[in-house]
Amino acid sequence: MKKIIIKKDSYYDSVFLMLASKAVKKISGVIEAVASMGTETNVGLLKDIGFDAKEFEGVRPNDLIMAMEAETKEIMEEAFQAVEEFLNKKRHSTGEEDTYQPVNLENAIRFLPQSNLVLISVPGAYAAREARLALNNGLHAMIFSDNVSIDDEIKLKKIAQEKGLLMMGPDCGTAIINQTPLCFANTVRQGDIGLVAASGSGLQEVTCCIDKLGSGISQALGTGGRDLKDPRVGGRMMKMGIQALSHDDRTKVIVVISKPPAPELARQVISDLTKTGKPCVVCFLGQEKRHPEKNLTFAENLEETARLAVELSSGSQDRDGVFAVSSKTIDQIVAGEINKKTTQQKYLRGLYVGGTLADEARISFEQQCIEIYSNIHPDKAFRLKDPKVSQNHTIVDLGDDAFTVGRPHPMIDPSIRDERLEVEIPDSEVAVILMDFVLGYGAHENPAGQVQQFLNKARSDNLYQWETLSIITSITGTDEDFQDMAKQKKLLESMNCIVMPSNYLASRVAAGIIKGIN
Amino acid sequence: MDTTKITKLFGRELTIINMGLETFADNLKDQKKTVLQMDWRPPAGGNEKMIALLKKLGK
Repeated sequence: MKKIIIKKDSYYDSVFLMLASKAVKKISGVIEAVASMGTETNVGLLKDIGFDAKEFEGVRPNDLIMAMEAETKEIMEEAFQAVEEFLNKKRHSTGEEDTYQPVNLENAIRFLPQSNLVLISVPGAYAAREARLALNNGLHAMIFSDNVSIDDEIKLKKIAQEKGLLMMGPDCGTAIINQTPLCFANTVRQGDIGLVAASGSGLQEVTCCIDKLGSGISQALGTGGRDLKDPRVGGRMMKMGIQALSHDDRTKVIVVISKPPAPELARQVISDLTKTGKPCVVCFLGQEKRHPEKNLTFAENLEETARLAVELSSGSQDRDGVFAVSSKTIDQIVAGEINKKTTQQKYLRGLYVGGTLADEARISFEQQCIEIYSNIHPDKAFRLKDPKVSQNHTIVDLGDDAFTVGRPHPMIDPSIRDERLEVEIPDSEVAVILMDFVLGYGAHENPAGQVQQFLNKARSDNLYQWETLSIITSITGTDEDFQDMAKQKKLLESMNCIVMPSNYLASRVAAGIIKGIN
Repeated sequence: MDTTKITKLFGRELTIINMGLETFADNLKDQKKTVLQMDWRPPAGGNEKMIALLKKLGK
């Protein structure tokens, strides 16, 4: 039986509602449980799964929809009660029910006139308007939201340029300003390396690698994924970030991270960096090796980006640092894993929560002439026919839209990866599982623990041959992240996972095994 | 292109207005940062015609 309850003018954020839905779905006898706002998209999704269109007449985006399907009337009532309790728990969780929460930005600015940054993660359809209001009121802006039109992005960045303000995003997931991690970001040591990135997980990996090398950052700015990709956006935020860091006395080295930009924008970025006169490291991930030019050094991967930046900052080459894993050591690890393999095992499955980390892994394999299929492959010939079904050697970005409709991002809720592991690990042809674990604010409180539990149960259920399967991992994090990086490493190692100090090194090990057995 | 305001922001205490996912504000509070969580809801009740009008009026 199905039932819908609508609560008028009851707004909750999407991640919270997804977690509420997930919690209620666990109740035995609940077939479907959805709590979502009454947007056109959400109503469409509910109609698609069989809820009556008539129930949604007059529903508005401000209204909360609770849609349930349950085996009995009693279970249905229990499910609705559980949602109510979840919603009420949120309102009173901090005991701050009397805290003023303004409903619009004008009131917020009036209440907090000293504010200097607006962080926007509302649905994409509304984000541009809110950012425009922020900028017109002289505030810097960061848009985490995606689904903002490119026209709006261009207009916003033009306003930001005119006013000399930050406009990070849209689709900007990571920044660290004045040692303050924003959205998905890590607690990184303070230092003199300033970064501007068009990639969230790329920025996380490089800042964490810098921290692992004992160095630190001044600022880490995000630009959003389209800033350098689309010539119409023109790299505006990247250019502003570079200029701001060039004038910042606390920034000695400037780092730029992106996928390969549009060619004209790449030239402009290089020209701007050259003019700064400061030592710079450029990582256009996937671009061919390039020799140093004037004050610019080019890196081929994220770990190398960090290493070069630290060398330029400290003046010393990191010979004994955490990433100084010799080729001999890697060969030994690879040989040990190859020895375990059955003759059937041949394939790679890369299961990633960070999009840029997935890209880095893919590029690493392709540089060793191993073809990779992926849901995010730039070449359509190697795009998976179905993102949920692997082909040959496969690396998936589980944060892609194909997996996250109606579900939180796997950095927040890693159960998406458990579901894919359940399919991949019993496959006798799978030789290597490659995974990233991202810590820091915004991320799950215990990502390694979640996988450790899953693998433990899978072992006792004889779901897979744990003695022969190689599980290669890396942890993007620092010692100061709340998830306790050392503990995360131990949890993974307890399940025979190999933990490498960077995603790049993990990919090298995985590629070595795959090459050795094929 | 004048980025003085951005460079001035560096080294200043961040004071943040958060609109949207509350978890971002909770994380900032954990770090003892000044953050104001908005009780955001779609403007004009989500009425798209009204929102378009507001946009034209620059509101």
